[in-house]
Amino acid sequence: MALKWRYQRMLANIAYITVVVLIGLGLYAIVFKQNLIKIVMGVHIMGSGVNLFLISLGYREGGVAPIYTLAPKLEMVLPTPQALTLTSIVINLAVVALMLSFVMFIYCRYNSIDSQDRRLRG
Amino acid sequence: MINSEHTAIMLIAVPLLGAFTTAVFGRVSSSLRNIWVLAILASTELLAVLLGVNVLEKGINVYALGASFPTLTSPEGFPVRIILEVDAMNALISLIACTITLIVVVYCLGFMRESRVLDKAYTLILLLLTGMLGLTLTGDLFNLFVFFEVVSISSAALIAFYVHRGQSLEAAFKYMVISATGALILLFAVAIIYSQYNLLSMAALAASIKYTFLDEVALVLLISAFLLKAGSVPAHMWKPDAYGEAPAPVAVMLLTSALVSLYVLFRITYTVFNPVTPTIGWTLALLGVLSIFLGVSMALIQTKLNRLIAYSAIAEIGFILLGVGSSLTQSPHTSKVGFNALSGGLFHILNDVLDLGLLFLAAGAIYYLTRENNMNRLGGLGKTHPVLGVFFLIGLLAVSGLPPFNGFASKLMIYESVYFFNPLFAIIGILGSILMAAVYVKAFYSVFLGVFPPQELGQIPKSMLAAMGVLALLILVIGLYPATVIKYLITPAADALINPGDYIGGVL
Repeated sequence: MALKWRYQRMLANIAYITVVVLIGLGLYAIVFKQNLIKIVMGVHIMGSGVNLFLISLGYREGGVAPIYTLAPKLEMVLPTPQALTLTSIVINLAVVALMLSFVMFIYCRYNSIDSQDRRLRG
Repeated sequence: MINSEHTAIMLIAVPLLGAFTTAVFGRVSSSLRNIWVLAILASTELLAVLLGVNVLEKGINVYALGASFPTLTSPEGFPVRIILEVDAMNALISLIACTITLIVVVYCLGFMRESRVLDKAYTLILLLLTGMLGLTLTGDLFNLFVFFEVVSISSAALIAFYVHRGQSLEAAFKYMVISATGALILLFAVAIIYSQYNLLSMAALAASIKYTFLDEVALVLLISAFLLKAGSVPAHMWKPDAYGEAPAPVAVMLLTSALVSLYVLFRITYTVFNPVTPTIGWTLALLGVLSIFLGVSMALIQTKLNRLIAYSAIAEIGFILLGVGSSLTQSPHTSKVGFNALSGGLFHILNDVLDLGLLFLAAGAIYYLTRENNMNRLGGLGKTHPVLGVFFLIGLLAVSGLPPFNGFASKLMIYESVYFFNPLFAIIGILGSILMAAVYVKAFYSVFLGVFPPQELGQIPKSMLAAMGVLALLILVIGLYPATVIKYLITPAADALINPGDYIGGVL
């Protein structure tokens, strides 16, 4: 019985557990990986984690989409986090695109995308 | 005359419009584009001055987007508004940002004359200005994140200005990783705060904050995000690379954006989370001392001029953090000494950007003349270009805090008031300042004195001299009349920071 309760509790929080896993993975990749592409992937994974966090904050059990026209009198999910997430996805896309273009130029220059093969020290 | 009601939003909209129309004008002719960019920047500057005067006369200026007045809510009681809230503090920072950008662009007219990507460079500089002004004026936590990213993206692209050089690309990549991580940490903190209060407006949050455990987590995340961007000690590693590899005018813009993010840090600690525990203040002061120590000692061993100035920029950020952090330990009941430390820190924001800006621009002029950045291979420029030597000398005396220049006034305020909080911190600060003088005297000696440079050098364009001249003049004027500047600019700003009640009252 206790096991089942614990299991249900974990299911309810599965979104938040995923958030922690994603942000941890992203940070790990940013800090410890030497391949520049993997660092960019780390930033993107971390961004996805934060986006998931925002979305799951606004979710209400059984809520409907927050559109007022002809809406049934039910609980609505919060609209603000969805707007925030949309903005944040777009920004994240721009950041990742810019970083990948840097990686491309660095590869053209050094023929390597390993962060150890570099001339800048500091 | 512009309607003063809309000044705040115009201040963000005008440079944004300018950014995207610059490329169109660039298609027609380059001189038309230069005039257009200067006109945009001059009108932004005018708007910033108008806003400042308005705030000083009438108090807080609130502008609501998406609603006819700031307190409007939807029929269900849901707040539908995004707020720009301007008090004396924001007005000061936005004035600094506009002025420095104007000076930088005047400098660029000469410095980047031969470059073929100037359309894009001006677009990015204007976008960076938009981001900084947005970061300064906004009263909304999510907009903070958006403008933070605008600043990151445009400045990363500017760092990679010399796109044929591998080092610039590496520096830009490093900066982008750091800022993207910082921005995501910021967004995570905003989400944590939103989950508890369903609020994003900073003023409304300040009124209802309850200091739960989650709030403390969010505060620490916010502080670390903005320290990453400002580049104080635990996150200083991107700074020498970015400042050293970017063109000199871009380095000045980066410096300004670092100071703007410091301002946001102070806004959050003073206004939103007021009163914070003394631990936060002591941590900031300690980080400040560490930054001074590390920045100065690393600057001593540099051979490249730009990297040397970049390390001293870390130390200067340390002085600001030291002053404001010490004062923050007394929040919310700031004594006279604490107020003095806070004003010293805020005054140093202004002085820092002027002094280091002048030094960076002088270093850029040296690079323009000789295409050389290494101090060991430079020398004798004082004989051929005495004016440049005088500008560098003014910058170095101001940055090492010697009278009668502006750095002396603010550093003295910081030392004498921090001494009451912790004598050791003040002593380390003074020692750091003396070492800074040693660093720069060495740099001055190896660049301007000594053997005559072998090759024939050209002349510095007039616009570059004009830009440096304006900075040097400002340094001298502020150094000679510090009391006036403190009275009309700094004290209202410090007052605005320590009295969050006005900021909250402007919205609710």
